[in-house]
Amino acid sequence: MHNKSVAELSRELESGKISSVELTREFLDRIKAEDGQYNSFITVTEDQAMADAKAADEQRAAGKASVWTGVPFAHKDIFCTNGVATTAGSKMLANFVPPYDATVTANFRTAGAVCLGKTNMDEFAMGSSNESSFFGPVTNPWGLSSGDKRVPGGSSGGSAAAIAARLVPAATATDTGGSIRQPAALCGITGLKPTYGRVSRYGMIAFASSLDQGGTMARTAEDNALMLNVMAGFDPKDSTCVDRAVPDYTATLNEPLKGLRVGLPKEYFSDQLSPAMEQQVRNAVKEYEKLGATVTEVSLPHAKLAIAAYYVIAPAEASANLSRFDGVRYGYRCEDPKDLNDLYTRTRAEGFGGEVKRRILVGTYALSAGYFDAYYLKAQKVRRLIQQDFINAFKDVDVLMSPVTPSPAFVQGEKTSDPVTMYLEDVFTIAVNLAGVPAMSVPAGFVDGLPVGLQIIGNYFEEARLLNTAHQFQQVTDWHQKLPQ
Amino acid sequence: MQWDIVIGLEIHVQLATKTKIFSGSSTAFGAEPNTQASAVDLAMPGTLPVPNEQAFRYAVMFGLAVNAEIGRRSVFDRKNYFYPDLPKGYQTTQLDHPIIGPGFVDIDLADGSSKRVRIHHAHLEEDAGKSLHEDFHGMTGIDLNRAGTPLIEVVTEPDMNSAEEAVAFARKLHSLVTSLGICDGDMSQGSLRFDVNISLKPKGSEELGTRTETKNLNSFRFMEQAIAHEVERQMDILEDGGRVIQETRLYNGERNESRSMRSKEEANDYRYFPCPDLLPVVIDDAFIQSARDLLPELPDERKARFREQYGLNNYDARLLSEDASMAAFFEETASHGKDAKLAANWVLGEFSARLNAEDKTVTQAPITGAQLGQLVARIADNTVSSSGAKKVFEALWKGDGDNADAIIEARGLKQVSDTGALEQMVDEVLAGMPDQVAQYQRETDPKKQKKMLGGFMGPLMKASKGQGNPKLFNEILLKKLNN
Amino acid sequence: MSISREDIEKVAVLARIRVDEAQISALESDLGNILNLVDQLSAADTSNVEPLAHPLDAVQRLRADEVTETNQREAFQAIAPATEDGLYLVPRVIE
Repeated sequence: MHNKSVAELSRELESGKISSVELTREFLDRIKAEDGQYNSFITVTEDQAMADAKAADEQRAAGKASVWTGVPFAHKDIFCTNGVATTAGSKMLANFVPPYDATVTANFRTAGAVCLGKTNMDEFAMGSSNESSFFGPVTNPWGLSSGDKRVPGGSSGGSAAAIAARLVPAATATDTGGSIRQPAALCGITGLKPTYGRVSRYGMIAFASSLDQGGTMARTAEDNALMLNVMAGFDPKDSTCVDRAVPDYTATLNEPLKGLRVGLPKEYFSDQLSPAMEQQVRNAVKEYEKLGATVTEVSLPHAKLAIAAYYVIAPAEASANLSRFDGVRYGYRCEDPKDLNDLYTRTRAEGFGGEVKRRILVGTYALSAGYFDAYYLKAQKVRRLIQQDFINAFKDVDVLMSPVTPSPAFVQGEKTSDPVTMYLEDVFTIAVNLAGVPAMSVPAGFVDGLPVGLQIIGNYFEEARLLNTAHQFQQVTDWHQKLPQ
Repeated sequence: MQWDIVIGLEIHVQLATKTKIFSGSSTAFGAEPNTQASAVDLAMPGTLPVPNEQAFRYAVMFGLAVNAEIGRRSVFDRKNYFYPDLPKGYQTTQLDHPIIGPGFVDIDLADGSSKRVRIHHAHLEEDAGKSLHEDFHGMTGIDLNRAGTPLIEVVTEPDMNSAEEAVAFARKLHSLVTSLGICDGDMSQGSLRFDVNISLKPKGSEELGTRTETKNLNSFRFMEQAIAHEVERQMDILEDGGRVIQETRLYNGERNESRSMRSKEEANDYRYFPCPDLLPVVIDDAFIQSARDLLPELPDERKARFREQYGLNNYDARLLSEDASMAAFFEETASHGKDAKLAANWVLGEFSARLNAEDKTVTQAPITGAQLGQLVARIADNTVSSSGAKKVFEALWKGDGDNADAIIEARGLKQVSDTGALEQMVDEVLAGMPDQVAQYQRETDPKKQKKMLGGFMGPLMKASKGQGNPKLFNEILLKKLNN
Repeated sequence: MSISREDIEKVAVLARIRVDEAQISALESDLGNILNLVDQLSAADTSNVEPLAHPLDAVQRLRADEVTETNQREAFQAIAPATEDGLYLVPRVIE
């Protein structure tokens, strides 16, 4: 059962071939047996999951089931879960049990899905390798046979690794600069970052408010569509959430792709990309041509400035967003503070990890007197230029395709010495967040036995088109079905 | 050396909305600590702000009342600093695009002149919580009930040049916001907080001096004293050849002294930037019209009406129209009192003096406008003398009886206005004072005569046991003496 | 662009993060590298470009002034580091 997709499991439950209690037990047993080597979960909520599964079975017996009733899944540990520890991968929140739900969490509860636990992540979603987690690094299920432990990507590395290892069929995730697409690519699964404002951010612990977006991870595009059906929609508790009709994302999965106009941004096929990676991506594009798509080269002239703009805007917003972690109302507090300043400075020095502190300091610097115009304001202007690039590109094409990462999963520890080397991991994904458009990562082949992702970028609110584009590809390829060795 | 005093004010007006500016928590005063602090107010992880429409409506009403431009597109910014009563570690405020742009307020001064004070802008922001310094084993307690209460911060131009002008402006602003119903105006609870920026410059100089900001002025009286105190302090420094340091000073009204609030970081760097959790607020014509429709009669309009409708002079009309509850009390008194000017005299005289003496507001007064009006009517129709009326007022205030007529009756305060009886008393008194009568009649200076007339009133009042109508006594006396 | 030790000490004070001597040296190099990356921005011609604060050109929705929150002090203070009599406790604040 653990190799089946959400759509398949839902049908099994509906047919009565298996109960949610049996299914939940099976996944919980797999987590228990195998997660020791991946560390993809921070918290496993076994008792609550079994109780929810039982309730789901009763619901189904009463004829009140939805697609998700009784289907197991997991939440990235950035979504607040009432009564269950929510840590954001940080020592600062290691003891934090919120008395409230994120809107996304509440939506899955309402849908009847069974949450197995909370997945590991880079601390406060700051990272591209899941090595900044207070709860230890996550190991990619791929590439273990070589003897090296590789990163799953980040920051949603726990969700991606758990899905790749078949510990859970689907998991929520968030993406501020690539945190869904990059780990999805490195773990050989399918992930979607929706349009900014499509999914509520309420109860999702903030990293950079104008960039953060909750999204989906599963093995198939169809499962991503099922997840987005639950997650997308207006939330009066989030001022930046968009009040716009939500389509049934599964309804258009089978639309033919004949006539689809695909653009290849030339800046994303640069010399930063390894030739082997490029070959895989171009092969995938050829599949689309076979499906009837037309392919042209396009330009995103300001894309090369995306990382620079991002590393001003994201740290600046983060520096303020993370000020609330002060040891006063919740979370970590240093021992025996001798005065107020000691409480603040020691709580924050001890509670935050290195990468988080670096970003807070950079952000504080960029906003400080004398630097605001040169950094923050300049970055916001460049952000508009980047957005304009996408608006222009979508005048001529329906979707953009590119690699997700410059190279496949790297070995743990390889890029931790210099933060900038790590930042370049997101060179192809960051511009999408600055513009706020939706994008997916779809398994598209292997290099040296390690998965390669194809990025598909859509125009604002065109998630349905992205899912359709990805689903059709998965009807003619089986990269997403491969099992880690 | 002669100095010019330059004063600008910053006023925090706590808006009387039901809920906070960014959450649906109640703003009701006096709740148990932290019982009105929701997840949003506590800055729990992942929580987000959603602005309160009423706060914007109130701000626009204020803007219209001070003749200001309304910001059609206002933007919230984050002002970053750490303090335990500031849960997010930043205050959400408006820096570059406030809801209210430039405007002005005209104030009346004691010499009868008026002056225009310009408003630089007014912006919406959230209030902080409260730190309680009572002893918790050497710790400070934090109550976040007030955190997130909507404020408008009003910033004036440095247009005031004396304590009198600053206090007149402050009173006018108090009068405006209470009349609008957007603030309860209670300065002692901090609903309305005035910070005063003061600087001195050599008389006639164009260049402004270094200013200080004085905080913690929780009454108009303290405000006046604090300005006098700070002006003197700066003058002493400057005349000794020293320099005024730009700083914030905390005024202690009980001791009439101030001290520097030494900020721990010499230069605060607030790192303002637009709040990414909130979008620009666009105010359209319809919204402005809906706010305009809610505007009540404003103090300036009310003053003009009081002069017109009740025939009051400018001074009385201003005093009675400034405060909405005082104005309402006066109008009730006048409507029962038959004589509006007499009603005004009583409200501004006996009634106001009594409020001041007991440190009460109009709404806390133990008598109603109707009760006072009934008394005024009895003065107007000569039923009771003004000295008798004071006794009635006293009884009403103390609750010894609840209407003037009954008190007058019970205490025998009805004045004798029976001309026949009064004439008889006059005849008897004059008969007993032949020398004084003769002296009066010899006198040719009318001024002296008038003075001498008073000499007969004492014995007359005594003869009537205080109940003779003095006005009638006077008339009869004149008639008899001049014959 | 490089960042000085003094700058690092200053932002650490603003951000209320204690940094020791050894950390400052590491931060000098790390933050210097990050700022070098960021300095690519100066190459962009942004004259006549409006800053973009938000990806969607949307305007703020306003909430009706109705009380929707109830008292949850007990739940919130159950996860607080130090409380007494319903108050959050911090080391004595000197005004």
